[in-house]
This record gives sequence, structure tokens and C-alpha cells, in this order.
Amino acid sequence: MVLFIVRRLWLAALVCLTVLVVSFILTRLSGDLAASIAGPNASAADVAIITKNYGLDRPLVVQFLEWAGHAAEGDLGRSFLYHVPVWGLIRDRLPVTLALGLTGLAIALLVALPLGILAAVREGSAMDRGIMMVALLGQAMPGFWFGLVMIVLLGLDLQWLPISGVDTWQGYIMPGIVLAFSAIPALMRLTRSGMIDALAADYIRTARAKGLSRAKIILKHALRNAAMPVVSIAAVQLGFMLGGSVVIESVFALPGVGYLAWESITKNDFPVVQAVVLFLAVIYIALTLLADMMNALLDPRLRG
Amino acid sequence: MSAIVIVQSRPARRWLPAFRHLATLLGAVIIGAAVLVAIFAPYLTPHDPFAQDLSQRLIPPVWMEGSQPTHLLGTDQIGRDYLSRLIYGTRISMLIGVLTVITSGVIGITLGLIGGFYGGRTDDVVMFLITCRLSIPLILVALTVVALVGSSLAVVILTLGLLLWDRFAVVARTTTMQVRNLDYIAAAQAAGASRVHVLAREVLPNIANHLVVVATLEMALAILLEAALSFLGLGVPPPLPSWGLMIAEAKEYMFFSPWVIMTPGVVLFVLVLGINLLGDGLRDMLGADLRR
Repeated sequence: MVLFIVRRLWLAALVCLTVLVVSFILTRLSGDLAASIAGPNASAADVAIITKNYGLDRPLVVQFLEWAGHAAEGDLGRSFLYHVPVWGLIRDRLPVTLALGLTGLAIALLVALPLGILAAVREGSAMDRGIMMVALLGQAMPGFWFGLVMIVLLGLDLQWLPISGVDTWQGYIMPGIVLAFSAIPALMRLTRSGMIDALAADYIRTARAKGLSRAKIILKHALRNAAMPVVSIAAVQLGFMLGGSVVIESVFALPGVGYLAWESITKNDFPVVQAVVLFLAVIYIALTLLADMMNALLDPRLRG
Repeated sequence: MSAIVIVQSRPARRWLPAFRHLATLLGAVIIGAAVLVAIFAPYLTPHDPFAQDLSQRLIPPVWMEGSQPTHLLGTDQIGRDYLSRLIYGTRISMLIGVLTVITSGVIGITLGLIGGFYGGRTDDVVMFLITCRLSIPLILVALTVVALVGSSLAVVILTLGLLLWDRFAVVARTTTMQVRNLDYIAAAQAAGASRVHVLAREVLPNIANHLVVVATLEMALAILLEAALSFLGLGVPPPLPSWGLMIAEAKEYMFFSPWVIMTPGVVLFVLVLGINLLGDGLRDMLGADLRR
């Protein structure tokens, strides 16, 4: 177990390092970062000043090592736009994005688990086909468009929910539903296939032979065994959702990390972009690491 | 003598498989129609998709009041014919879908084949690359690249192609591992075939059915992502009639005339659904379900 943890941590660290390099190279893609920062109307003198101020005239390797060194100490640099540390900007907006991601995950699980179980219990039936068809429809739905349609229908016509912002908790409902849609198909399919496999296992036959009730067999014995892959995919999906919040937060004007990232991209605030890419990647890596650990804890066969 | 096993199963519902085929057929019809519309766009459009007419702004589609027979699906905020723009938009979406799948397919399948076939250290590297790719926030990185390199169709295709190879790699790797130790691979090797020959001529054709299914999934994803990028203003540049861009441009008018965001969204949804339906049907027909 210790060996497994050490190996897994080592891999995670290596991935972190690679992402660090990628997010650094990413902002250098334009070729001339100073010109990008200065904008299209800047004079050559402006560009020269920016180049000097930000140390962009030094070798790339030196710039990278400096940035990586600071990042490792938790200093992600300063925003060009707000002239404050980037970490502060992210920290202020993190609660909104986390609340949104967790709302989305909760809704996704509330929909996907019951439907997935139902489809598995009635495998091959019309109900099963119907539920899988819902998964297909969900997969084809463009999230940003679905959000706009909900804004028009629920926010404007029926006036049930606020159309933007997070002044009240209701503000999270619509974006949460949109975000959940992206995760529901995968979670539902996995719940279904996991349950089908579990229901065919010997211990279920034993449980049936013991005369346990159908509900108890399904919910207690089968679900527990089917839940494991669902837990790890749920962690992965939460990571994807936090990344996908860029689009949803822009649609609903939620002041979260995704909106910050989009704003920073359009305004050439590259230290922030770099930091958010790195930050979201690290969260994803941590989530998958956590899921792997949990699974290894639950199932010793995975520790090999 | 082989034992005969009689399996008692539930009475088969005959209409279910038929429905299955119908859904697959529907998917194929949608894709076929999209391909034809994309190819013959210039002959199908009633108007020039770029021609503005400020005296003909925001005319509603035919099923609404105040419509005009010359503009079947109405016009946008600067008087361009919606139907013509939607038809040309099919070109953009199909182009993005097909070219992205080719780019990401080449990268992902190559990595997956190599990792799955050689195993060991080589496979560790491939797995590491896949893990890294999955850790990188997809949309954010695509937005940043487009913002920095400049928005154009080619940049969007290349960016998505370089990012969407992970599922190809995962599936190619697992399926290659499954066929690696089969007899015909050993036979080819014994016959003196080179490694490249074995991979390209023996392994690849035998995992192709799985890859076709992945290709449909990725094509659908690429089309959705392009629409999202264009919607955020960092995808295909205006005045190109990308469906995502059309929704973005119409957004400020949606409160007064909601249909402006409806038609592009519905078309996008139907095309992606069609691709997914076909992919799902292919999965069943080709027996490419990886779960088992």
C-alpha cells in the first residue's frame, strides 16, 4: 500500500511539473508576449518598456525557472490588469466556482444514479432504452445554448429563477443544471454497466437465496459494488466541470474562476491565465489522486 | 459432442431492436444530409450568407407573425438571411468535425498502438502523456491558444486536433493489448514482417471497429467545442457563419426575439445527436463495446 501511494504521488508530481511547463509555454505561443500585453495600439517604445519591466528579454529558461520557483512557493505572479497578486484573485472567486461545481455534481448524481440503477435492473427493456436515449440527448446538448434557452424560459418567461449573478442561492440552480448535463451521460452509463455486472455476480444470487428483499439486494449489495468506478468517475467529472465552468460562468455572468480566466484571456492578462490553467490542472490531479487512493483502499486488487 | 445449453430468457420485444436500427438509421440520415448540405451549400442557399441588408433586420421565421416568404428562417441583427447562414454553417461544423478527428486520430492512435504493443517503459510514457493531457483544462487552453495565435478556422482545427487525442489513445492502447498476443500477430512476426507492418497491417485493422466508434464521439465533441469557443468569441472569426458565433451575435436580441438563438442551437443539437446516434448504433453493430 505504501509503495502504491509513493508511486502514485511520484506520478502526480511528474504530471504537475509537465503541466507547469505547458502552462508556461502556452502564454509564450504568440511569439512576442510583450506586444500581446501592450495591445494592438501600443508604440514600439511601450513594448520595449514592458519587455524590460517584466524581464521578457531574458532567456526563456531563466524566465521559466523563476516563474516555476515562485509558483512552487505559492506565488503565482501579479495580474497585469489589476496589479494585485494572482493568487488573491483566484482565491476570491474560488467559492463561487466550487459551489457551482458541487451543485452540478450533486444534481448529476441525483439524476444519474437512480436512472442508471433503474436501467440496469430492467436491462434490455423499453425503460432501459428510453433512459439510454436520454443520455444520448444530454450528450448532444450544447451546454452554453441550453443555458441561454433556460435563461429565456425559466428566467424571463416564467420568472422562476434569477438570470445571472449569485446574489441568492437560486442563482446556482440553472448553471448547476447545465453543468450537470455534461456529466450525467457518463455517470449514468457507468452506473448502469456497473450495476449490470454486479447484479450478475454470485453474491447477489446468494443474497437472493437468503430471501433478502429485492430493494435491499439492489441498493445494499449491488450498488455498493457498482459504486466504486462511479466514485472515481465522479471525481474526474468534478475536475472537468471546474474546467468547463469557463463557458457556463460566462453565460450566467457568475463571478467565479472560469469567468476570471475568460476575462483575463480577452484582456491579455497572461499571468492570470497561466495561473488558472495551472490551478485547475492541479485540482484535477489532486482529485484523480484522491479517487485512486480511495479505490485502492476499498479494493486491494488495485494496489499492484 | 458439445453440450446444448438452453437459455431461458425474457420474451424478446421485437420492436426494440427495430427501434435501435431506426435510431442508427436516423443518425446516418442526419449525417448524410449534413454532408450533402455542406458540399452543395452554394446551390442550396437562397441568399448570399454574408450579404447585409439593414432594412431587413431581425425578420422572424415563417411560422411567426411578420415573416417574409423570401427569408424562410428570418434574418439576423444586420439583415443576413438565417437559412443561408445556417447552411454555410454546416460546412464549418463538418469541416471542424472531420479534420479534428483526422488530426487527433493520427496522434492518439499512433500513441495507443505503440504503448499497447510494446508495453513496459514505452507504455508508461504513453500513459503519462495521456494523464498529462487529461489534467490540462481543455476549453481554457483552447481559448488561450486561439487568443494568442489568432482566431481562424485552421487554428481552431489544429488546436482541437492537438487536444482531443486522449480517447483515441486510451482505446487504441487497450484494444491493441487485447490483440497483441493473438496467434495471427505471432504468425505475421514469424513470417518476418516488420514491426511497422505488423502494427499497420495486422493490429490496426483488427481494432478499427473500436476506433470508428471513438471517431464519432470525438467528432461530436469537436463540433460542440468549436461552437462553444466561437460563442465565447475565441473560435471561428466573424463574419463566418459558425453556429456558435451566430448564437453569440444573436444573444443580446434573445430577450425580445428568442427564435434568434433557437434555430442555430437546434441545428447544432440535431447534428451532434445524429453523430452520436450513428456512433451508438455502430458500437452495437461492430461489437465494439469496451466494457465487456
